[in-house]
Amino acid sequence: MPGDEYLEGIFYVQGRDFVDAGIVSSEIKKKLKEKDIPESIIRKAAVVTFEAEINIISYAEQGTIQYYIESDSVTIEAKDVGKGIEDIELALQEGYSTADDSIRELGFGAGMGLANIKRFSDEFEISSVPGEGTFLKSTIYLNGK
Amino acid sequence: MTDIVSYVNHSLSQNGVEIVTLAQIKDLLEAEVIVGEDKLDLEIKTAFGADLMSDVLAFARSGCLLITGLSNPQAVRTAYALDIAAISVCRGKALTDKFIDIAKELGIPILWTQYIMFEACGRLYREGLTGCVREILVGDNTSARR
Amino acid sequence: MTLEAIVEQLGLKCKCCWEKLKTEVDGGYAGDLLSDVMANSSGGDVWVTRQVHQNIVAVASLKEHAGIVIVQGASPDKDTLEKAQMEGIPIIVSDLSEFEVVGKIYHLMHYA
Repeated sequence: MPGDEYLEGIFYVQGRDFVDAGIVSSEIKKKLKEKDIPESIIRKAAVVTFEAEINIISYAEQGTIQYYIESDSVTIEAKDVGKGIEDIELALQEGYSTADDSIRELGFGAGMGLANIKRFSDEFEISSVPGEGTFLKSTIYLNGK
Repeated sequence: MTDIVSYVNHSLSQNGVEIVTLAQIKDLLEAEVIVGEDKLDLEIKTAFGADLMSDVLAFARSGCLLITGLSNPQAVRTAYALDIAAISVCRGKALTDKFIDIAKELGIPILWTQYIMFEACGRLYREGLTGCVREILVGDNTSARR
Repeated sequence: MTLEAIVEQLGLKCKCCWEKLKTEVDGGYAGDLLSDVMANSSGGDVWVTRQVHQNIVAVASLKEHAGIVIVQGASPDKDTLEKAQMEGIPIIVSDLSEFEVVGKIYHLMHYA
């Protein structure tokens, strides 16, 4: 990989903490704005982070979100401890959701989260062990449109 | 945010499309300005009505007006993530101090109207606002992945 | 005006209960939060939403909505269609955004 890779920041996300949902996304966005990163890239990173954050809050006990800036990309990594995903292919489908009513009432749970993350990523990987947790990594190229 | 919004609105107005200001929207919706009295000259061309934040993240366009019944901080953060121009909370939904504080902190104007979403969207559509087409410049990778 | 008129004029697709399209539409309600729709929508409303799970049929049935329009290209779950068929609630779909669909329906209701 060309350029230097360094961890910019790591945030802790508490499961079921809906009140602060989106705070990590806002923080990462603010940090990225301080760097010389194109607006459209910042927007993608903010959306990816937001969705990853909501997933941890909605479905996991706790998790972390880390972000890296390399010379040609921004990477968001989300790891959580929790029930994990039984069927990843299904979960990636737009509209497929395992949200309960309490999640829906808050405006989430439309089944778009992972699909959104994938949509805005240039590289995307996800893995999960049901009963243990989930890991996802989204890389967004700085020279993407 | 303002550069992209100005660019988009400028190219729209070049094509003879009507631009509506936040001040006009406020009047149309008989809304109160809760945050952003100094931003009423903001030009709005597109609108997105939704209660589901994931939909906003997937389909809304930066620079649009978000019309929603959600009055929680996540709605403001969603708008911030996407560079949405302003939020109009409808249904006369009660706003919390936290909601207002975050809107102020993130610089997002908030209008507050008693109208239900159906009425609010209906009126604004009539005035000339259009719905959001997914931003081409963000890049859609889904077809490549499938 | 009838649901049929709305479907025809807007070029929408009806997925079930076509025989119910003659129902008169008295008003409209847009929203995705079920408790809000339960509390604030009215009988005879056409309900515009992005929700696709079967709970929407229960809500529409209870509130005696004229029908449900699912927007933004979302597809109703199989369970949803089955339940809608049983309850006699027309499910209509559109690729357009909620804002566009509501705008057009509103226009038809008030100005056509």
